[in-house]
Amino acid sequence: MSELELAPATDETFHEKPDNQWLEMWRSLVANRAALVSLAFIGLLALIAVFGPYLVPYNPVETDMAHALKSPSAQHWFGTDQLGMDIFSRVIVGARVSLTVGILAVMIAMTVGVILGSIAGYVGGRVDTVIMRLMDIMLAIPSILLAITLMAALGKGIDKAVIAIGLVSIPEYARIVRSNTLSIKENDYVAAARIVGNSNARIIARHVLPNALSVIIVRTTLGMSSAILDLAALGFLGMGVQPPQAEWGDMLGRARGFIFQAPYTLFFPGMAITLTVLAFNLLGDGLRDAFDPKSRVK
Amino acid sequence: MTQPLISLRHLSKFFPVDTDLFGRTTSLLKAVDDLSLDIFPGETFGLVGESGCGKTTVGKMLVNLHAPTAGEIWYGGRDLVKLPGKERRAYCRDIQLIFQDPYSSLDPRMTVGDIIAEPIRVNNLLPRREIDDRVAYLLNCVGLSANFRNRYAHQFSGGQRQRVGIARALAMEPKLIVCDEPVSALDVSIQAQVLNLLSELSDEFGLTYLFIAHGLSVVRHVSDRVGVMYLGRLVEVAPKRELYTNPLHPYTKALLSAIPVTNPRYRKERILLEGDVSSPIDPPPGCRFAGRCYAKSGCLGCACDTRTPELVEVLPRHFVACYLVADERDEARSTGPG
Repeated sequence: MSELELAPATDETFHEKPDNQWLEMWRSLVANRAALVSLAFIGLLALIAVFGPYLVPYNPVETDMAHALKSPSAQHWFGTDQLGMDIFSRVIVGARVSLTVGILAVMIAMTVGVILGSIAGYVGGRVDTVIMRLMDIMLAIPSILLAITLMAALGKGIDKAVIAIGLVSIPEYARIVRSNTLSIKENDYVAAARIVGNSNARIIARHVLPNALSVIIVRTTLGMSSAILDLAALGFLGMGVQPPQAEWGDMLGRARGFIFQAPYTLFFPGMAITLTVLAFNLLGDGLRDAFDPKSRVK
Repeated sequence: MTQPLISLRHLSKFFPVDTDLFGRTTSLLKAVDDLSLDIFPGETFGLVGESGCGKTTVGKMLVNLHAPTAGEIWYGGRDLVKLPGKERRAYCRDIQLIFQDPYSSLDPRMTVGDIIAEPIRVNNLLPRREIDDRVAYLLNCVGLSANFRNRYAHQFSGGQRQRVGIARALAMEPKLIVCDEPVSALDVSIQAQVLNLLSELSDEFGLTYLFIAHGLSVVRHVSDRVGVMYLGRLVEVAPKRELYTNPLHPYTKALLSAIPVTNPRYRKERILLEGDVSSPIDPPPGCRFAGRCYAKSGCLGCACDTRTPELVEVLPRHFVACYLVADERDEARSTGPG
């Protein structure tokens, strides 16, 4: 039994911690500069979302027609909009709306999508056909069109936006989880789990999903960016939040008539959307690389 | 004679490969076709045959991964096939499987300790606080240090992974372990270690093995009795010594002649089979081996191409499914003295 003698039993190995796959992944992630910067930006954004509303210099919903459409200055860093509201304050406060809607919508979409996708992939057969054709139908309609339709049916408001955006993103998750489940369930360890008497639900929870976790995390991160973009699109079309609540897409939509007269009214909220979406995309790409040992940055 | 531990009766597994427009099956892959077999307590039954002959399917039916298309599996006085799901699962505890591929059979996201503890946890075999000790004991049984419990499978070599798989099977306290080519993915030097481990465990825990392999040499090392499969059917079953010294079925003879001999001066006749294994999809009537049989011409009156030969006990405990062999024996009897 030569292979055993290579690893003598010492007290040290006895108390050995499980080797940490997450730690390795983290190292690889922070070695990727774009992902690291994105992560820092998202961290900053999260802080702004939590504390921003208490720190802003102006009430973000207070109109001041006397100071409408003022260029950026020491008083109004990002200028003021057509109603004299401080754009800096509104961009800051808008971060909370975007992140909240993004997180909640992604959570809805992920939960439902993961459950549907794993069941479809694991059970297969008719169940698979029914679930996936339903997803196909949803995918056949452009997601923003579907979201608009849902908003029209549900009415305005952040909570409605969360539901609309969450629902239209379900198929993305269902598809990716299904395809991963299909390949994971062919592994012998799934058969082994069945032989020792695991229920199907337990096999999905303990063996299939943990092995699909990396794809789910990557998809969730990328999903954040599309959810935020969807919210901005709804806002731009005037179907997002209830005015005068500050929301980036809504700000763009209302200011677009002043694009030549006062470009800063569009520049700053537009920049906020672009940077946020870019950060989530870059982080998602970085995570994908970090989870894939083959493309790991050394 | 002792009662068999498990009896397979007319076991069949057909997979639909093609369906027509209305979902009716139009062609069948007969992976296992009318297979009957007894396995006795404490023995190691070797099941050999080339790839695709259905030996793995037999194993999977025993552990309830595949539901048989037809037939019975008698164990403990009951037909497992007819038992309702829950009771069936209770009996399945007694029958465990060791996988061929030690890489895909261990969950990469679980520690070795969790992998071995899972069967115990799922079936509530032990109180929670005793599980750790049991895992350590099982690891020791398969020759691994208990300190390895917190490691992940990818930190081990193929042989060590296979040991973990064996420990997982042992955790269920099985009576019968189906070994599905447990060493074919391992280095030759490691193969012997794992085979020896299996035979030690059999003595220690009173295990019975169904040992599936595609080579006769490994089976020769471990088995008490050997069954030879060809395209879903058993063609010959005999005690090991008998089978290796007096093979009767033409296919078994060809297989045995293919074992390399270490003595260069000893030349034995190689029997080279013509053609390829015919497809198990919609097989023609008659003996499955008829298309490649080199001995068929020796018996013109035989029904090789029209009727499937049954397993017949031609010598004590030596069963063969071949008209030719039965024919020769009849002749020998009629022309013999007296």
